[in-house]
Amino acid sequence: MTRYSFVSWFMRTVAVLAIIFGAAGAQAQKTKVGFVYVGPVGDHGWSYQHHQGLLAVKKEFGDKVETTHVENISEGPDAERVIQQLAQSGHDIIFTTSFGFMNPTLKVARRFPNIKFEHATGFKRTKNLATYNIRYYEGRYVAGVIAGKMTKTNTIGYIASFPIPEVVMGINAAYLGAKSVNPNIKFKIIWVSTWFDPGKEADASKALYDQGADVLFQHTDSPAAMKLAEQKGIRAIGQASDMKAFGPNAQLTALVNNWAPYYVSRVKSVMDGTWKSTDTWGGIGANMLTVAPWGENVPPEVAKIAEKARDDIASGKFHPFTGPLNKQDGTQFLKEGEVISDRDLSGMNFYVEGIEGSLPK
Amino acid sequence: MDLFVNIMLGIIIAATPLVFAAIGELVVEKSGVLNLGVEGLMIIGAVAGFSATVETGSFILGILAAIAAGAILAFLFGILTQTLLSNQVATGLALTMFGLGLAALWGQGYSGKSVADFPRLYIPVLSDLPVIGPLLFSQDFLVYVSIGLVIAVAWFLKKTRGGLIIRAIGENHDAAHTIGYPVVRYRFYTLLFGGACAGLGGAYLSLVQTPIWVENMTAGRGWIALALVVFAAWRPGRALLGAYLFGGITILQFHSQGFGINIEPQLLAMLPYLATILVLVLISRDKLKVRLNAPASLARPFYATT
Repeated sequence: MTRYSFVSWFMRTVAVLAIIFGAAGAQAQKTKVGFVYVGPVGDHGWSYQHHQGLLAVKKEFGDKVETTHVENISEGPDAERVIQQLAQSGHDIIFTTSFGFMNPTLKVARRFPNIKFEHATGFKRTKNLATYNIRYYEGRYVAGVIAGKMTKTNTIGYIASFPIPEVVMGINAAYLGAKSVNPNIKFKIIWVSTWFDPGKEADASKALYDQGADVLFQHTDSPAAMKLAEQKGIRAIGQASDMKAFGPNAQLTALVNNWAPYYVSRVKSVMDGTWKSTDTWGGIGANMLTVAPWGENVPPEVAKIAEKARDDIASGKFHPFTGPLNKQDGTQFLKEGEVISDRDLSGMNFYVEGIEGSLPK
Repeated sequence: MDLFVNIMLGIIIAATPLVFAAIGELVVEKSGVLNLGVEGLMIIGAVAGFSATVETGSFILGILAAIAAGAILAFLFGILTQTLLSNQVATGLALTMFGLGLAALWGQGYSGKSVADFPRLYIPVLSDLPVIGPLLFSQDFLVYVSIGLVIAVAWFLKKTRGGLIIRAIGENHDAAHTIGYPVVRYRFYTLLFGGACAGLGGAYLSLVQTPIWVENMTAGRGWIALALVVFAAWRPGRALLGAYLFGGITILQFHSQGFGINIEPQLLAMLPYLATILVLVLISRDKLKVRLNAPASLARPFYATT
């Protein structure tokens, strides 16, 4: 055990003890809702948005619910302990909000068949374990359209975290969006191997800027890239939250995760006794993903094209992954007019044709 | 050539917080105290520096606040471990947790706030020279401070009476005590220095490298600084080298990815740690060298019996 993981383990234990003792005095009639976050609530990104969902649940049900959240839980064995403790302390429904919580959640769900579990972004389901996710790629396509129109160097920088399908489909969607309006577009992709390290994210952003990128995408959780874009006078796309505060001039638009309606409806179904294990994958159409208002720097004609793309995706008229589409190596993936299946999408492990560089394994 | 300069600038920025934190901890360990709370000291420096700069609009006050915050927290560590003789390892870990939590609380109102661009040095003519101008004469002043600090520490530890006393206390505190050196007082001095340096490193992160405040923004840099001290075999010059090596590998791997060079990023992300382990293995082969460099009283509690 490294020093760091020992520290995080210890912190988790303390947090969990606090939950248990806190729960002991609680009343029984309330519906108890637990949330496990991978980052701090104050990350102004991923975990922050989940917390907005928790606040919406509180606001909606008031006295009828009791919410608990545990933040900064690393993906791994610690997660299992935390989820287990939430289950033991009488929570009725537990939301675990990071991909790496999948197996820990599954294990605990098997031990507590009467408690409802919901895991964000995963694919393993059981009778009492539901999954839910957002079709981020829809927003990334729209953002790609704007980026493709706005870039002057025809170079888009992309800060990626880990080569999982979620991230890969985001890169592909952004590329296809940009390509659809700018045939000369070039993507430079840097994998930083972390979800949250503002220093590293800033370093990677600077490297992309130095190599000529003038619009930055990110699939990491801190606003560091947005801040750097603001400093350097280039543009960026906000991730997970509206990051305008960090880049008032830089932000072209932001993809804002809107978990609140989902959480409210799921907690309600627990109260009504109608909860079922489901697989939810909502996008712009379902209002789970909002493309934040365009920045003032986006000219109306660009906004118009982007709005059309957004509305067509929302209404289901257009799917970002529509054939003809080839894989990076030139082999055919989708025939003319063919639309990708959700199954292929959720397992996407290749770059589409036109993206340079190789995808890490 | 521009790209070369840009890469070098990136390396300097990535390395500087590590230089500060590592050189501070190096002095602390030289006096025989192991402070594992560097991460907590850095984050408290980051939030103190950022919040003070936002409130006052002055970078100088921000930096002073960071130094003070780091030193105060390190003073607390000193009270616990030197006066109350608590276990240094456990107290250091607790200090990290405390620092992270306190910083999160302190920084609540500050995420989303912004500070101006940190000023850089500009000397007419010299700063305009190609390559060496931007590299040597156009940094922010903290970079010069960090390098000056390393040189000063190296000189102080090696050439001055104070440095000798600190090293003597780190080697054998009982012997040093017997000949009349105030062990605990000197250890407080080094702890305060170490805390101030770590706080400064944190402030560099939140004011220069990425001028924002978000919780946990140090993201493990304190632990890297601790590893660098061992990597450096407790030598200031090597700590500087190690920090630049660490920053260098990080920045180079980002740039190589941007150019589409096919190296697995996981492998590149691992490289700095791999290098640390390799150096550790290499220096541990020579037992005498390790014994000469590692402070023999490191992490041992001192209790004045007479």
